[in-house]
Amino acid sequence: MNFKVPFKITFWRVVLILIWLAGIVATIVRFTGGLGAATNLSDRFPWGLWIGFDVLCGIGLAAGGFTIAAIVYIFRIKRFYPVLRPALLTAFLGYLMEIVAVLFDLGMPLRIWHPVIWWNPRSALFVVGWCVMLYTTILALEFSPALFERLSWGGPRKWIGRVTVPLVIAGVIISTLHQSSLGSLYLIMPEKLHPFWYSPLLPFLFFLSAVAVGCAMVIFESHLSYRAFGHRLKLDVLADLGRVILVTLVVYMILRIQDFSGRGVWAYAFQNRTETLLFWLEALVGVIGPIILLSIKRIRLSARGLYYVSVCTITGFLLNRLNVAVTGMEASAGMRYFPSWMEVAITLAIVATEFFIFALAVRYLPVFEHPETDSEPETAAARPEVLPAQLARKP
Amino acid sequence: MTRRKGLLIDITKCMGCQACASACKEANALPGEKEEELSATAYTVVKEKEDVYYRRLCMHCSDPTCASVCPVRAFEKTEEGAVVYNPKKCMGCRYCIQACPFGVPTYEWKKRNPLVRKCTMCIQRQRKGDTPACAVACPTEATIFWDRDELIKGARKRIEANPGLYVNHIYGEKEAGGTSVLLLSSVPFEKLGFPTDLSEESLPSLTRQVTSKIPNFVVVSGVLLYGIYWIINRRMELAELGSESKDQGTSEENDRDDMKR
Repeated sequence: MNFKVPFKITFWRVVLILIWLAGIVATIVRFTGGLGAATNLSDRFPWGLWIGFDVLCGIGLAAGGFTIAAIVYIFRIKRFYPVLRPALLTAFLGYLMEIVAVLFDLGMPLRIWHPVIWWNPRSALFVVGWCVMLYTTILALEFSPALFERLSWGGPRKWIGRVTVPLVIAGVIISTLHQSSLGSLYLIMPEKLHPFWYSPLLPFLFFLSAVAVGCAMVIFESHLSYRAFGHRLKLDVLADLGRVILVTLVVYMILRIQDFSGRGVWAYAFQNRTETLLFWLEALVGVIGPIILLSIKRIRLSARGLYYVSVCTITGFLLNRLNVAVTGMEASAGMRYFPSWMEVAITLAIVATEFFIFALAVRYLPVFEHPETDSEPETAAARPEVLPAQLARKP
Repeated sequence: MTRRKGLLIDITKCMGCQACASACKEANALPGEKEEELSATAYTVVKEKEDVYYRRLCMHCSDPTCASVCPVRAFEKTEEGAVVYNPKKCMGCRYCIQACPFGVPTYEWKKRNPLVRKCTMCIQRQRKGDTPACAVACPTEATIFWDRDELIKGARKRIEANPGLYVNHIYGEKEAGGTSVLLLSSVPFEKLGFPTDLSEESLPSLTRQVTSKIPNFVVVSGVLLYGIYWIINRRMELAELGSESKDQGTSEENDRDDMKR
């Protein structure tokens, strides 16, 4: 057989192609037969995997973008600079893929722009929609220096350097709003969402868990990029991220314990039900486990330990969002929801595409390797450790 | 403003003849025969439980959840009291279906360009001076159409006149902030599957508490973040200047810097 394949066949490439093929079939069914033909959604369960995973989880996992941007540009902690671009790239791709997922999920995707002209500011989903539009734009601009450097466009590169700080501040505000508004989506369903997950604190809880998982994602990516390209972050940066996760998760846990006591939810905590099992799984894997691991110094200060912590935190986070979107809604819907193979295929295809673009971008753009001093923060001292009050002596 | 209209459904008078359901299909040009559950082709259904017949249809809330959650404001509470839907705005996010406390809006799942469908309290007939089709069709006056305030008064009188027959509750008077459709029953409403744990406050107020704070949040955190940036940046600039001139400075000044550190 003299048939030539233009690229080397590896296991993961075959997997990628199979996922894409399944995704294409599912896409055709979705857009010719409608949502009913492709999904297990119904009037009783109108939001499924695409909202629960692609939107709620996807946006949360992109939270590393605004967390790291705030650390580098607002708090001026420059040793985080090496993680900035990978985090921004992940966030940008995450948002793009979320928009793609929404195009699948909307009954009439060509009307996705409608919130631009028809406003309903008291709808949490309106807020979410605007945050997606604005923050995707901001992320594109925040990441654009990598592209300009690659193309050697000095002018735009300089211009974007000048507006970086206002851009980052706007980005932090909008993503804070966005993360919390995803929680606000469920505020209006107190009698539908199971008491484990319904809480008046939902917006705060969604925001806090997003910060924790954003940092965990950076640790996780650092590990992956080490495996793939041999780059790894310095241990002190990873350990600092671990500390942020620890503090955030402790605050999160205290809030949830207080909230449980205040609403009398402990009564449900030991019933023999699926909800109970999944709740404890989420709490152990995503909150209690990482807190215990991070309290152990040997783990907190080792790259491998931190990697395991990040895996736990991310898994727990995914469980939490899927519990809110699916598990917590099943009792009131009076039915079980399990996604159809086509919903799964489209989700997998979207995630696979994101990995694929990430790999391409890392290969062709200065993401992991780029000048240590970016044009923007160069006005300040190179080593922020010497920052404290060496107060003014005018030259 | 015209007085808000409503429907009073007296479950004790319903004999399950399905006249309302067929009249509804006819008035709204909906295809198909009798259906068991609300769907995109059935805006109302008559169901049997606990030996009584009762209707399900849009409750036409005073402060509708669907209108509050819809990101493009496709739902509107009209002056007449009906909650109506504008198919031109809808983009199909289905938040209304997800959020409605009564499980009313339904979706055209099989269509390529699907819309949300639900009872309109025959707004098109009302505006011509007619009565909703279901109320006209009902042979026993189990469903009647009138001013909502008057209906509540009438319902209370019926309960007072027949305390043994009715549960002492007008469903919809206060549920979820009040609805334009009101029900009277001889069987407790929770046994018929009506949600009875709804607060008297409307559900949209739960979201409003948060979304109304957004403008303030944006301004305050913008100023705060810029302030933090400015202070840290200024300190770093000064530190840099300090360390530059420190090289030529006296050791005494260096000591002072160290102490401050």
